[in-house]
This record gives sequence, C-alpha cells and structure tokens, in this order.
Amino acid sequence: MIIPILKIGDVLIVTLQSELTDREVEELSHDILDKINKVGAEGVIIDITALKVVDSFMARSLNSIASAATLLGSEVVVVGIQPAVALTLVELGLRVSWGVKTALNLEKGLEILKKERA
Amino acid sequence: MDEQMIEVKNDTDIIRVRRIVREMAVEIGFGELDQTRIITAISELTRNIIVHASSGKVLIKKVQKTGKRGIEITCADEGPGIVDIELALKDGYTTSGGLGIGMTGARRLMDEFKVESVVGSGTTVIVKKWMK
Repeated sequence: MIIPILKIGDVLIVTLQSELTDREVEELSHDILDKINKVGAEGVIIDITALKVVDSFMARSLNSIASAATLLGSEVVVVGIQPAVALTLVELGLRVSWGVKTALNLEKGLEILKKERA
Repeated sequence: MDEQMIEVKNDTDIIRVRRIVREMAVEIGFGELDQTRIITAISELTRNIIVHASSGKVLIKKVQKTGKRGIEITCADEGPGIVDIELALKDGYTTSGGLGIGMTGARRLMDEFKVESVVGSGTTVIVKKWMK
C-alpha cells in the first residue's frame, strides 16, 4: 500500500486511511523521514483519525518517527486519535513511553507547528 | 460463526485476526470501547506469537456464563516458552526490544487472563471479555 505524503509549504501531511501491517508501518516511517530530508520539511502531521486500533507496535513506531524527525530538525504532531483508542492506549500502559506531540485534529496540529516556528 | 481458528505466521495475519475479532465482538454486541480494547489486546498477543514463536494459532469463540455473553480468545504457539511468567508480566519487561507492555497491557484490557507456558514447547494465552 502506498501512503501519500502531501507537502503544503514547509509541512508534510500524512493521512493513514486503513490499518497497516508492521512492514507497511516500517516502510512509511522510512518514507516520511526520507521526504523530510528531501524537501526540508519543518513539520509533519500524521493524521490517524481513521485508525480504530493503535497497538503498542504502532504507538512505538509513531514515537520513533517523531524522535528521528526531531534529529532531522523537523517536528511531528499526531492528530485525530479516537477517544476509544486514547483510553485503550492508557489502559495498555503507554503513559510510560509516549513522547509524541498530539492535537485533536489537523487544524489544531497545524496551529501547533505554526507556533513552534514563530 | 461461533468459533473460528486462524493460523498466524506473519504481520498480515495480525490484521486478519483483528478483523475477525472485530466482526465477532460486534456480533456479540460489544460497544465501541470494548471492541477497541479486545482488538488491541489480541493485536498484542498475536504479535507476541509471531515475534517469539514465528507461528501459531488463534482461536476465537463466543462464550456464555450465567446469562452473560462474552468472547474468549486463545493464542497458542509452539515457541520457546516463557522462562519466568511473573517477570514477563511486569510492565516494561521485554526480550524483543519492544515496549514491554504487550502482555501486561492485554491483561489489563481483558476481564480474564490466563497464561500457560512450558519452556521448549510453547505458550498458550487465554483471554476473555464479558459484556457488562
């Protein structure tokens, strides 16, 4: 599955439309970092509104993308986490290791990135 | 269907197991939050099979107890087994480089959790969730 990575100004927008296999998540991680590097993106929004399940592998992958992006000088914001997914992640025990910036939706995610660069 | 057995051996099977578990959870009547909990738990346990044992089986069943409806999922493999189950159920403990929250997290997300493991011959995890 090819997941489009859109570029708007200095920001990349990645929208996950369906559940991904572990391999697809790994490929996506690489593609996002590659694109940050190529276009000099200062921010990345990953929209996971459509995901009904985020397990520890997916959570860890989002964390890794965000950390690696920081090393490239880019900021990642994950947006659109569903309420049931949020509660489940907390019950799963994620609070110990989750360090990714989040926002309710795409608009608020873009605001965060704008403020960071102001 | 009241019972379904799925052979798992790679990451696309994790998605398949999730889909079938979701269908059954919906049929039983679980709400959105419990569906998410059940599917997330099963995603963790199925991945454990693939990471630690390379392959195994997942059995999904509709169950009843004193008028309550529920779902029972058995994840069985013939992998290396767990040397110290108590340690394996500690938050943050991992032998695979993961977050170490898969098994403990699955236990928290479900109502009943049982693990049996014999070193050298495999691990079976049985979890249940009941309708409130």
